[in-house]
Amino acid sequence: MTKPLIALGLEGSANKLGVGIIRHPPHPISSFKPRPPAEILSNIRHTYNAPPGEGFLPKDTAQHHRQHVASLVQQSLAEANLTSSDIDVICYTKGPGMGAPLQSVAIAARTLSLMWNKPMVGVNHCIGHIEMGREITGATNPVVLYVSGGNTQVIAYSNQRYRIFGETLDIAVGNCLDRFARTLCIPNDPAPGYNIEQLAKKGNILLDLPYAVKGMDCSFSGILAKCDEYAAQMAKGTLTDPNTGEKITPEDLCFTLQETVFSMLVEITERAMAHVGSNQVLIVGGVGCNERVQEMMGSMAGERGGSVYATDERFCIDNGIMIAHAGLLAYSIGQTTDLVDCTCTQRFRTDDVWIGWRND
Amino acid sequence: MTDSKPPTTTTHTLPTPFTHTSPPPILLTQGAEALVYKTHFLDLSSPAILKFRPSKAYRHPTLDARLTKQRVLAEARVLVKLAGVTDAAELRVPGVLGLEWDVGRKVKGAGGEGVVRVKRGEDLQGKKTEDREVQGRVVAAGAWILMEFIEGRSVKELLRGVDEWAKRLGERISQEEREKVEGDVKALLRAIGRTVAAMHFKGGVVHGDLTSSNIMVRPRKHEQVNGHGHVEGSDTKPPDLSGEIVLIDFGLATQSIQDEDRAVDLYVLERAFGSTHPKQEDWFDAEVLQHSEGYRGTFKGANVVLKRLEEVRLRGRKRSMIG
Repeated sequence: MTKPLIALGLEGSANKLGVGIIRHPPHPISSFKPRPPAEILSNIRHTYNAPPGEGFLPKDTAQHHRQHVASLVQQSLAEANLTSSDIDVICYTKGPGMGAPLQSVAIAARTLSLMWNKPMVGVNHCIGHIEMGREITGATNPVVLYVSGGNTQVIAYSNQRYRIFGETLDIAVGNCLDRFARTLCIPNDPAPGYNIEQLAKKGNILLDLPYAVKGMDCSFSGILAKCDEYAAQMAKGTLTDPNTGEKITPEDLCFTLQETVFSMLVEITERAMAHVGSNQVLIVGGVGCNERVQEMMGSMAGERGGSVYATDERFCIDNGIMIAHAGLLAYSIGQTTDLVDCTCTQRFRTDDVWIGWRND
Repeated sequence: MTDSKPPTTTTHTLPTPFTHTSPPPILLTQGAEALVYKTHFLDLSSPAILKFRPSKAYRHPTLDARLTKQRVLAEARVLVKLAGVTDAAELRVPGVLGLEWDVGRKVKGAGGEGVVRVKRGEDLQGKKTEDREVQGRVVAAGAWILMEFIEGRSVKELLRGVDEWAKRLGERISQEEREKVEGDVKALLRAIGRTVAAMHFKGGVVHGDLTSSNIMVRPRKHEQVNGHGHVEGSDTKPPDLSGEIVLIDFGLATQSIQDEDRAVDLYVLERAFGSTHPKQEDWFDAEVLQHSEGYRGTFKGANVVLKRLEEVRLRGRKRSMIG
């Protein structure tokens, strides 16, 4: 039997600071049976939100993370009813993400490692999302749509790598939504994308937006530019529906933007599914919380005789537990990151990570 | 519609006039964009492919109608253009036999009712509806192209077949046999390079969705007659890779002559290869692109496109800037 393992995970690649503690129960070493499910002992998060009309800046975000990480770790241990000696390994987000926030969290992780004398594992943020999604939903080999403020990728597993089949050629879809929220001065609390979603539910006029799907890739900066143009016209009062002459509202613009970009995401996911021969879809990342994208994906998957797997906001939105989980998977096959290598990087491709813990 | 039953959403329903085809078309695959059926054109001796693009329930009807019509017309125009290129022997595409860009549109004397996709009871905005009208426009019902049936297998199937054969037989394959198969795979890759070059430089077309699923290998005429089709699943033989390359699925194709677009076309193929055929990934650049019998050696201007491809590769996001 293997030993039970407990990991502490620290995540702060964007404006969400997450701390999580996970336990992998013992299991027979060379069993072909699936591992018993991981136990989540603690999963807490503190989000930094800029005022409406602004985005979060690296230096302010890093300051927020530095302010809160110590108390969040203490809170996490208390919630899990553990002490530092119970932790086997400290996992942190090596990248990708924003430089200053990543650095702050990496420093915290290194400090804990030295204080408590524990090994460390640096984790790829995208891999964290994927592995946590698989763990929570039980999806065995889905096509993964990873959509957040910082990333938009369609991924499928093959030969020890999560290979990127399609991605955005410029900005992430979440970034497009967040920046449009800024244009409309929508509050950033709890998340700009969430607020756009609520407004979109009340919109019903679909305007023309450039639909930019190129094979399995897509691009959003043109759409954002056009949307910003519409918003400017709307502010002047000159924007009306070409068919009915009705005035266009912010709700209509949010509706238009969501319907267009989500159609694009569903399309590239469907392409990957057709190419790979899969009918399972797993949606991870902050934008995955959006009910409309889940609904659209469900409709597409249903027509193909498949299904959609999605998690709730505890795991969709950046969190520490996914880092702890992915780090522990690596640790369990003997991987650690030496202190001198516990750096962080803004550029870290999902397919650069060797997935040694899967044997399919 | 004379009976009073409310319309229901359907999947896999054929568009008119194929509802009356006998024998009925057989569904081959459900791709991302379209349902591909095998049927016949006029009589049974001419096999044909029906590519039916149903409307997608997840998309807003306005967006859906616009995209479907645009794509089916663009695809047909590109196919007709490429079929008309007479001075490129290696450039082969399916011929277009028939087309409808909006099954729901009213055509005098042709019925025009078609297959209608309606969300039963409610449209996307929650407004109750029992009929075909949403926002004052008829709900899109899909589009179709009827085209020539291409015998043979896709490059994806063939390479997968080679991988499986190698895995299945392992040590039992002689060095000689291994080298022959490797040689055949490389020759296939070079032929792909030449065909893509012909499409770019003679056809003036950029495919837009080059993957190994969209490149077919058709056995040559004499082999078809002899019945030496492509043998797969035979225990000791690898799949037969010989034949002529035929490109299919031009649903995202554009008529472009820009180096940038051609380079992106190659990039899409390169990435698709890397994700689906990791074992042959290393040979891709050398055989398909750089070889004198591949993309590079075929036409003047290919080297400019390949240089541009180097820039396109660096555009992958979050790519480490080292090396």
